[in-house]
Amino acid sequence: MNKTILILKHEFGQVIKTKTFIIMTLAFPLLALIAIGIFSFIQGIEKPPAPGEEVTIGYVDEVGNFSGYTEQPGEPTVTLMGYDTPEEATSALLAGEISQYFIIPSDYVDTGVVTRYTLERELEPPGEIRWAIKSFLLSNLLEGQTSPEVTERAKAPLGLLTIRLDETGEVATDQGGFGALIVPLAVGFLLIISIFSSSGSLLQGLGEEKENRVMEILLSSVSARQLLTGKVLGLGAAGLVQVVIWLLSAVFLVRWASTTIGGFPSTIQIPDNFLVLGIVYFILVYLFFAVLMASIGAIGANARDSQQLSMLLIMPAWIPLWGLFFFLNNPDHVVSRILTMIPVTAPLMVFVRLGTSGIPTWELVLSISILIAGIIGGLVLAAKVFRTFLLMYGKRPRLGEIIKSLREA
Amino acid sequence: MKDERALSAAEVNNVIKSYGNNTVVNDVSFTVAQGEIFGLIGPNGAGKTTTIRMMMDIIKPDSGDIRILGESLSEDTKNRIGYLPEERGLYKKITVLQSLAYLASLKGIEARLARSRGEELLKRVDMLPHKEKKVEELSRGMGQIIQFLVTIIHDPQLLILDEPFAGLDPVNTELLKEIILELRGQGKAIILSTHRMNEVEALCDRILMINEGRTVLYGELAEIKSRYRNNSVFLEFDGVLSEIEGVVGKKEHGEYVELFLDGETPPQRILEHLASQGVRVNRFEVSTPSLNEIFLQVVEKGR
Repeated sequence: MNKTILILKHEFGQVIKTKTFIIMTLAFPLLALIAIGIFSFIQGIEKPPAPGEEVTIGYVDEVGNFSGYTEQPGEPTVTLMGYDTPEEATSALLAGEISQYFIIPSDYVDTGVVTRYTLERELEPPGEIRWAIKSFLLSNLLEGQTSPEVTERAKAPLGLLTIRLDETGEVATDQGGFGALIVPLAVGFLLIISIFSSSGSLLQGLGEEKENRVMEILLSSVSARQLLTGKVLGLGAAGLVQVVIWLLSAVFLVRWASTTIGGFPSTIQIPDNFLVLGIVYFILVYLFFAVLMASIGAIGANARDSQQLSMLLIMPAWIPLWGLFFFLNNPDHVVSRILTMIPVTAPLMVFVRLGTSGIPTWELVLSISILIAGIIGGLVLAAKVFRTFLLMYGKRPRLGEIIKSLREA
Repeated sequence: MKDERALSAAEVNNVIKSYGNNTVVNDVSFTVAQGEIFGLIGPNGAGKTTTIRMMMDIIKPDSGDIRILGESLSEDTKNRIGYLPEERGLYKKITVLQSLAYLASLKGIEARLARSRGEELLKRVDMLPHKEKKVEELSRGMGQIIQFLVTIIHDPQLLILDEPFAGLDPVNTELLKEIILELRGQGKAIILSTHRMNEVEALCDRILMINEGRTVLYGELAEIKSRYRNNSVFLEFDGVLSEIEGVVGKKEHGEYVELFLDGETPPQRILEHLASQGVRVNRFEVSTPSLNEIFLQVVEKGR
């Protein structure tokens, strides 16, 4: 069998058997699954109050205008019971005739302040009670001023619904908003994590083989090019398996969540080209990192040394995260566009923009072209560095030596 | 098809390799015949490992030509060489048998055959019970033996062993020597590279001695030794030593004396003379310098 394929198979087999890989691959889908499960479970036990339940609230009207509308429909139905003095209301509260009472002070129309008394310790007044009191006050205030329909509308004047149109004036399929952002952003993160762990394995593997001197045996059996190709592709294939599992489970989980939970999860959208872009960017960015990591692995004296050097490459990839808030609000800003083009920052930036305003096709094409050019350049570099420094043990060549060898090679 | 037996196992012609201004291997040539043990000998930094790496096609010579079994270097020639590097190491996290099988498969051996060959070899060195252990669980010496098995598992026609005995205990050293001689018996060519010259003296048929990248000695070991003979004999005896015809000098070494001959009298004559004089001879040895001594002599002369 072709030796490159043998190395590929070996590296792939070694990685997918590691605990880290298995845990990482399954952890994200499982966590999301558990989260959705818990959410729908909680939703199930948090049952709405039984129909027909009634709550009686006391009030002391010091203004003298609030006497009508004492039956407020809703869940539960709220009945308002007037008292002449706060003392009477308090004793009714202590006797359990009412669950709470409030005082409408004489200067209410000026200040809008209403004081509520209750025996319960609570985080904030329950929404239904709040709504009932508000409705009661508003109905009495507007009594005779306007029609009952207007009064009802005044209680809830705005139900804002936004619809995005596409270029033809039709309702666009992608409606944007947080629902559209969440999946691409999460996938962008996972993509970077997977790229780093795959290219990190490459770096570590090379470092270890240098350290335990297997490198020399390997090179006496295969060429440096076969070794590099086999390793990059083998580890990349393992990473790809991980990414595809994540992508597919993201699609599946979102569908499942939107049917079982509804509400916000049902607004979550997955962009059409998301699967394809996810895979394309994983492959390209991984290859880009892999060839550079391979060079670093060849130069570094040992695994730890290589790891430190590789931070130079890894840190910039997180730039889109540092400025995440800015980029989310300005996805089409010139800085955002530039970061889409730079191979190191592209994966996260592409998915941030995909989740917000979207990316014009020409920018995607340009970004991918730059990545491919970067990979080719990296390969040329790696091939030279790889052969020269792979068998140098124990010391890291100085920058001058590296540049010199590149020029000579 | 050519008769493989007739070909030399390795042929190195006028190979030069330099790094910057430093010429590490300077115009070195030698051939290794099949079925012989060939010593590649020289002090540390003489250029031995660089020469070997060029033979393995790990690094390229600046000029010169290398042929393995009559073919110029290619991916195929790599499969026909077994190489034990000086820097030892194996995968620590996978089992002995997995290591053997994977590294053998990279030498072009089919996976199932690699496993059965691996088990066979482990049995040969009494390590079959360890086949499912990870290399990190084995002792250092065991690891080295496994490494040696990696070198021979694909049944190579040419073996290159770089400092094979370094760090081995006497028992494993003997085991290794035994296997090396066995392999020579099967017609394999074996190159022993070492700076411990005396250690391999007994094994080698021919040697190449290099120093600072240049060939200093090349040829039959026996011939070289006789060439560098001091023309003296070592003698341990009881009795009184009188004048002996043909002896021009005498040097006391405590237990024994060294008698320097005039160059015309063969040592046999001296022994006969001693016997006729009634001297009781405990030891009579024609002095042959060790490779170490020869090396020192040659280097001295070169200065």
